[in-house]
Formats: sequence, structure tokens, C-alpha cells
Amino acid sequence: MMPPRPRASKRPLAVPRRGRRVAGLHIYTLLLIAWLLLPIVIMMMFGFNDTRGKQNFRWEGFTLRWYRHVFDKDDLTAAVVNSLTIALFSTLVTTVIGTFAGLALGRYRFRGKGAMNLLLFLTISCPEIVMGASLLSMFVTLTVPRGYLTILVAHVMFSIAFVAVTVRARVVRLDPALEEAAQDLGAGPWTRFRLVTLPMIMPGVAAGALLAFVLSIDDYVITSFTSGATVTFPLWIYGSTRTGMPPQVNVIGTLIFVVGVLITVVIARRSVRVRTSPADGGGADLAERPNSPTVSRGIRRSCRR
Amino acid sequence: MARRGRFTPYLMILPSGLWLTALFVIPLVVMVSLSLQTGNLIDGFRQTLHWQNYTESLDTYGDKFVRSLWYGLLATVACLVLSYPAAYWIAFRGGHTKSTYLFLLLLPYFVPFVLRTVSWKLVLTDNGQILGPLRDHGLVPAGFHVLDTGFAVVSGLAYNFLPFMVLPIYVALERIDPRLVEAAYDLYASRTQVFGRVLLPLSLPGVFAGVVMTFVPASADYVNAEVLGGPRNTMIGNVIQSEYFGNSAYPVASALSFVLMAILLLGIVIYARALGTRGVLEAAG
Amino acid sequence: MTITDPAFLRGLVRPRMARSTVSRRQAVQLLGAGLALAACGIEGQGGQEKVSQTDVQRYWSSKARTGRLSWANWPGYMQDDHETIKAFEKATGIKVSYKEVIQETGPWFGKIQAPLAAGQSIGFDLMVMTNGIQLEKCRQLGYLAPLDRSRLGNFAAHAGPGFKNPPWDPGNSFTVPYQSGITGIAYNTRYVKDEITSIAQLFDPAYSGKIGMMGDSQELGNFGMFLLGVDPEKSTPADWERAAAKLREQRDKGIVRKYYNQDYVDAVSKGDVWLTMAWSGDVYSLTSPDVRFVVPKEGGTLWTDNMCIPKTAENPVDAMTLMDWLYMPANNAPLTEFVNYITPVPATKQIVAADAAKATGNDRRDLTRLSTSPLVFPSETDLARLRYYRRLTQAEETKYQGVFGPITKGS
Repeated sequence: MMPPRPRASKRPLAVPRRGRRVAGLHIYTLLLIAWLLLPIVIMMMFGFNDTRGKQNFRWEGFTLRWYRHVFDKDDLTAAVVNSLTIALFSTLVTTVIGTFAGLALGRYRFRGKGAMNLLLFLTISCPEIVMGASLLSMFVTLTVPRGYLTILVAHVMFSIAFVAVTVRARVVRLDPALEEAAQDLGAGPWTRFRLVTLPMIMPGVAAGALLAFVLSIDDYVITSFTSGATVTFPLWIYGSTRTGMPPQVNVIGTLIFVVGVLITVVIARRSVRVRTSPADGGGADLAERPNSPTVSRGIRRSCRR
Repeated sequence: MARRGRFTPYLMILPSGLWLTALFVIPLVVMVSLSLQTGNLIDGFRQTLHWQNYTESLDTYGDKFVRSLWYGLLATVACLVLSYPAAYWIAFRGGHTKSTYLFLLLLPYFVPFVLRTVSWKLVLTDNGQILGPLRDHGLVPAGFHVLDTGFAVVSGLAYNFLPFMVLPIYVALERIDPRLVEAAYDLYASRTQVFGRVLLPLSLPGVFAGVVMTFVPASADYVNAEVLGGPRNTMIGNVIQSEYFGNSAYPVASALSFVLMAILLLGIVIYARALGTRGVLEAAG
Repeated sequence: MTITDPAFLRGLVRPRMARSTVSRRQAVQLLGAGLALAACGIEGQGGQEKVSQTDVQRYWSSKARTGRLSWANWPGYMQDDHETIKAFEKATGIKVSYKEVIQETGPWFGKIQAPLAAGQSIGFDLMVMTNGIQLEKCRQLGYLAPLDRSRLGNFAAHAGPGFKNPPWDPGNSFTVPYQSGITGIAYNTRYVKDEITSIAQLFDPAYSGKIGMMGDSQELGNFGMFLLGVDPEKSTPADWERAAAKLREQRDKGIVRKYYNQDYVDAVSKGDVWLTMAWSGDVYSLTSPDVRFVVPKEGGTLWTDNMCIPKTAENPVDAMTLMDWLYMPANNAPLTEFVNYITPVPATKQIVAADAAKATGNDRRDLTRLSTSPLVFPSETDLARLRYYRRLTQAEETKYQGVFGPITKGS
């Protein structure tokens, strides 16, 4: 936001008043953030609780014991592994097919485009319980046994829309001239895609992939309907609240949190280098800088084909 | 534009289209079909176009629908009221710390949903770290409890779905040219006028998106009600879940699911009409 | 590109309402196809009540030992270090994969129902299910393997008389007990100063808002009937209606704070509720001395978690070996010492007492407490007050669920 220009108006400078109000809103935002983080802090805290029994709600002393024994419970570890592998596979599949869908929707006109857009919108806005219930209905009718695979296909299903929509938003703002240039220089469609299009939409693809991963690892409702006897991390947590959630869950939750934070910070650092100025909202990036070395390298390589 | 293969878009769309059709559209159709069947596990389920599944279940559980929509509405309004000021501040005053603050706001959501909700339960427990001292010092009456009340459930819903409200509003606000706001001030508009006649209308598409993305999942949620609520706070999601898993009463459960989906979709359509679809199309642009 | 990049956010939050959508004709075609697909319905599976010797032989003739097995159980039913399993592996050479996947009987049944109906494996050879509606369904739907009595020598020799030939499985055709438990009342003495002895106290307005009840319709129904002085095993639908009315009244007056499944332990330990329906073993295992368990004078429920073999099990012979091995008192004792529920092998009591005499310090105190506990080795008077769940036919079950189910949902 640009600083207020000096002006010769009769109106007293509004800045001081706004300044006080700004402080109020600033404090409010900080309070809101604090409220949001409160349960997380409690969760992390109780990962260090030196509790003897099965109940982990009264502070009994500090210990790092749980961090040493975090993988002691075999089925908890198995559940975490399940969650991670499912998230990995579903992200892979979703990113590939979702990216292509996003590209097609952002770029081409074709019959069924409207239907596809509607389908994506419905997938995003449909409540999870309805999606889970309908999947269960279908599996029961077709007597498909529920387990790892059904969870996987369900996760891909609800993530596609998010990847497609993210990529589409990116693609829509691309300058087609770059691809045309590559084509004029003799690049075939696959080469064009690999060396010109993909790098340009990579931020969108990466964001979509990250989103798909988080959605998959976090999912509870749809997974509970389609899991059969397979257990993922959220399912395990929910089940364990019955008999007393062991501190290992707090530890694993803390670890996931820390890893997620680190990854996001790293990605943020890397993209700051590409950004021009924060004033335009950070929108300037690879796609809008045709003179970027990566893109021109891509075009040069494509004409060697 | 150079000519591209005619089938390229169709090929690119095909995997996603097929996947979604097979695992989203068809299951919904099957669910509708199942909702009209009768029977039980032992004797099997047969298609009988048994409309009574709808009428009877609405009869028994109609009040749960109303309660779910009500809780969803309360949670959405709470989210809106809580998010708007923060989104405003970050968008207009954040400066170079915008990303940091947004990041901080979204930080809690790196922890799995179930774990967050269960941690809330720990925070709100009667004799825990917060309510315990409050009660000891006489700041709250002896019988006061937050857990297992409607308040706890709505708070949980608002907490869990806040980012769905904050993000769209932030995006919409962030796109507003600050010079418009300055121009309004220069034209002697008061703060309320600036808010009501400049900011709010321009951010409305974001508000719409946020409301839709909060209200729908909040009304259909059942985890918050089960962990944080008592028997008088059950939502329709709890009923659907227990009919599927507890009773294996697939037709009734499917009927309830379908009604829920229909109500929410209808709500979205009406809301979109009220705000004007053009506004929706501009929601992201 | 970060999560806060506006482009990403825009794409993320863009709910696009398209104008032109699927044409009406296409929609009808799709719908027709889907309905045709779904119109088939779901096959019913008949059931059988009696098990003949030929059935048993036919099942077991083709089965042989494989050297491994997969066991599904409830949480808290095996030592943390799997001591008993390791002992079994060492004694027999059979490898056991142990998973605590059963949290509630209803959802567990919901999970295994589809594969079993289709004749597919559920991934487990041995599972532990409580006697009740779901176990009854499994029997009627033919999901369980008939047990080969010739492989149950230890069971015949060491099982307590009350555990043989139970009403829900005459002749132990499909199940043998794993552990039994009592549903009674648990209360937190930190907050409750009175002596708690009866179910009527669960309905006392003096404790309004501090009472927990169980969400399972069979547990809840039993307690409602005990309050009225009705024997649940002999109850009639009219009794159910009367009990339901009492329970509804308890709920509407705000006396009940919440209907719990297994998480009442958490709540009563924390003091969120002061009195609650509870299972004997859970309370016994609590390290906090504040919470006490009592068998109400009107009566309590005796339930049994039973080991059974799904029909599609891949390693049934090994499963039977394990079932029978657990009935040796020497093998059962360490398990009972951890689980703290009622063991089906009475001779365990002597072993635990002997261990107590040999031990010192904390161990001695714990083991003595165990061997003399009425929660783990109930007395005759206690047992006389206990009742099972009522056994229900399919038609009765629908009625029963219809009466008690809605109560926990607030209807």
C-alpha cells in the first residue's frame, strides 16, 4: 500500500485516527492467531507430559520419554505409515490427472467444458459425509471390499478438483505467445509442454500437489466411510480417544506440524527470490516475465529438436 | 493461435472426468437408488421405490436437520465476524508482513483435523487448565461447563472451518485497489461509509465464496458434535453415520444423506441467485 | 509460489457456476444407467441356526496349519509388549499379527459385513466380538466358522462352568469366551461424597448434568430395565417401552450429560461427570484411586467378548490353536494380570495368588489386589445379580433398536 501523499485539502489528515484504529485491528489479529494456536500449543505441551496412566490431561512433569518411544505402538506406527503412503500415492495420481484437467479447462474450448466445470464445483462444495456415504453405498451394492485401495481412490477423487482449479487459475493468466514461439521454432507438442508450459505452471502444480497431500493426510470423514478395516492416522486418533489417547499421538502431531511448517517456510523462501515487488500482490512470477532465463532456456532447447 | 490437436483437450480431460464420474456421480446415483429400497442385511435389500424412507426419516430426524443448519449458520456467522477484521488488517495494513500473518493464521491447520478437535476437548474440559482456575476463583458458577453443550460444538465448528472463510475474504480484499479507499476518504466519506459502500460490496464475491465453503461442511459435520457435544447437540451427520455403521440401515441413511445434499445445494443456488451469478464469476477472476 | 500466493488462493476459492451444463437428455441417460445398475439391490444372505457334525467336518477337512495368523482385537486387551503373544509364538512356532482394530461392535460389524457377504477374506483369522446383536447377526448370516471341538481340549478342561454353553451360542458352536466383564457404575469420590449403590442414583436430579450413560442400545436398555426391576433376559417389548420412557425422562430433565461409548473413563477421571455406567476392567486399570466401581443392587450386565473365526479366514487351524492355548491357566494368568477383566479360566485365580505370595513390594501389592478383587473374580452373590443381554431375533432387533436407538440421538 502506498504511503499517503501530502495533499492540500481542508480535511485534517486522517492518518493519526487510522493509526489508532490500525493498532486495534492489529491487536485483534494477533489475539485471533493466539486463539487459533491455543489447542495446538496444548497438544504440543502434552507431548512432553510425564504421565503414568492412560489419561493424559493433568500436567505431571516434563519428559522427553515419548519422543524416544514414539514408534513403540506398532499399530499407531502402521496407521501413520498408511496415511503417509496413501497421501503420497494419491498426490501423485491427482497431480498428474488434475494438472492435465486444469490445462484443458484453462486453455481450450470444447464440448463438455461447462459440465466439467460444474462437476469440479460440485466436488469441492459437496459435503464430505455425502461423498463418503455415497461411496459406501456403491461399494456395498457392488460388494467391493473396503480397504487400502478404496481409501486411495476416494482420496484421489476429492482432490482432483482442487488441483485442477489451482492449475486452471495459473494457466488462464499465461501468455500463449510463449508456446507459439516454441512451436514456431519447431518444437513438437510434448517438447513444448515439457520445456515451456510445465515450468510456467509449476508453481500452480506445486501448490495443487501440496494441497492434495494435506487434504489426504488430514481426511477423516470420507476415509472412515471407505476404510473397511484399514486404519489411517486420523482414524487411529479418533479410535484412541475412547480408551485414552497416548502421548505418542501428541508427539506425532507435533512432528507433522513442524515438518509442515518447515516445508512451507522453505517454499516461501525460494519463491521470494522470484518475486518482483510485494506491491502488486506478488503476482509477478515466471509466467509474466518472458525474459526469465528458465523460459528462454526452454524455448532454446525446444528448437534443437 | 496455432492449431492444436482436436482431441487434445478431450484426452487431457478424460482421466479426471472418468475418475470423477465413476467415483462421484455414480455413487450418488447408487445412493439415491439405495434410498428407495427396503430390507435388511439378512434378507437383502430390494428396490421397491419405498418413498416412506424419506417421509419417515424426516419425521423422526427432521429436528436434527434444523439443528444442523442452525449450528452451521451460527458457525458461519461467527467465522465471518471473526475473519473479516483480520483479513482486512492483513490485506491493507500487512505490508511486507502479509504473508507471515497469513501463514500464522493458517498454521494450526497443519495439525490433523481430528487431533485439533480432540485438543479443543482437552482445553474445554471442566477441570482443566482453563476452566479449573476460573471455577476455583469463583469467576464461573460451580455447575458451569462448556463441554457437551451447543456452544462447544459451534465453537469447534467455527474454529475448524475458519480458514475457508478467511482465505476467500482476504483474496477479495487484497485485490481492491487501495486508491479507491483513499479516494473515498478524500471525498469526505466516514469510516462506516467507506466500509459499507466501498469495501463490503467489492469484497462480496469473497464473502460469498467463504460463506458457501464454510456453511456447507459445517452443517454436515459430525465429528465436532460427537467429540464436543452432548445428546441434545446431535447433528444430522451423527445420525447418518450411526445409521450406516451402527444399524446397517442403508436405505434410511442414504435417504438422509440425499436430503442433506439437496438442502445444501438448494441453499447455494438460492444464495448465488440472491447475490447475482455475475458476482460469483468475479469471485476469483 | 506459497500457500499465500493470491493466484493460488484465487484458484482455490473459485466456485464457478457454469451456465451451460449437462444437457437434459444426457442427464436422463446417465440417471437411467445408474438406476439400472443400482436396481439390482443387495443380495440377502440366509442364515443357519443349528450346526451339524457334517458341517463342521466339511469346513475343517480342507484346512491345514500354515504357521501364521492375524488377530483383530479391542484396545487394552493385550499387554503393551505383547507378552502373551510372544509366549504363544515361542511355544507353537506360529507367527501372530496382532491389531487393535475393533473400537465398537457396531462399526466393526459394518466393516466386515461386505467382504464376508461376498465370501472374501477380511484380513483376519481371529476376531473378538461381544455377545449381542452383531454377533447374533454373524451367526445368522453364516459369517462364522463352526468350531472343531476336537481341537478345544484345554477349553473343555479348564473353562469355568458359566462360560461353557452360553445362551447366545449353545454348545460353543462358533465362539469361546476371551474375557468377560461387568457393566456397573463408576463414580469419582473426589466429587461424590455419598455411597453409591444403586442405579436409581443415576437418575437422581441431585447429580443433574453430571451423569454419564452408555450409548450402546443394549447396555442402555438393560440399565433402564434394571431400574424397573425387570429381568432383561426375559423382557417383553412392553418392558422396553417402559424402560425407554424412563431413560427419555432422564435425558430430557438434563440429568444425563452425555452418552459415552468407551470414553467415559476419560470423563469420569477428569470430573466432567461424577457417576457413569462403566465396565469393570476399565475402572480397575485406572491408576487414580479416586474412581470406584460398584455392581448396583438392582443388577448389572455381564457381557462376554468372544473369540470367533470368520468363515473366510485363511489360517483357521492356527486360530483354533491360539484359542485353545489361551485356556491353559498358566498361559491365561499373565493376560488376566494385565487386562483385569473376568477370565473364563477360574484356575487363574490360584496362579495369581501364588505369584502374589512370591512377589515383593509394588508387584506383591498389585497381584494381591488382583487375586482378591471382586471385579476380576466375582463372588457368587455378585454373579447372581448379573444378567446378560436379551437374545434378539431379526424382527425383535429392529423393534429393540427402534425403541432405544433414538434416545441417544436426542429424539
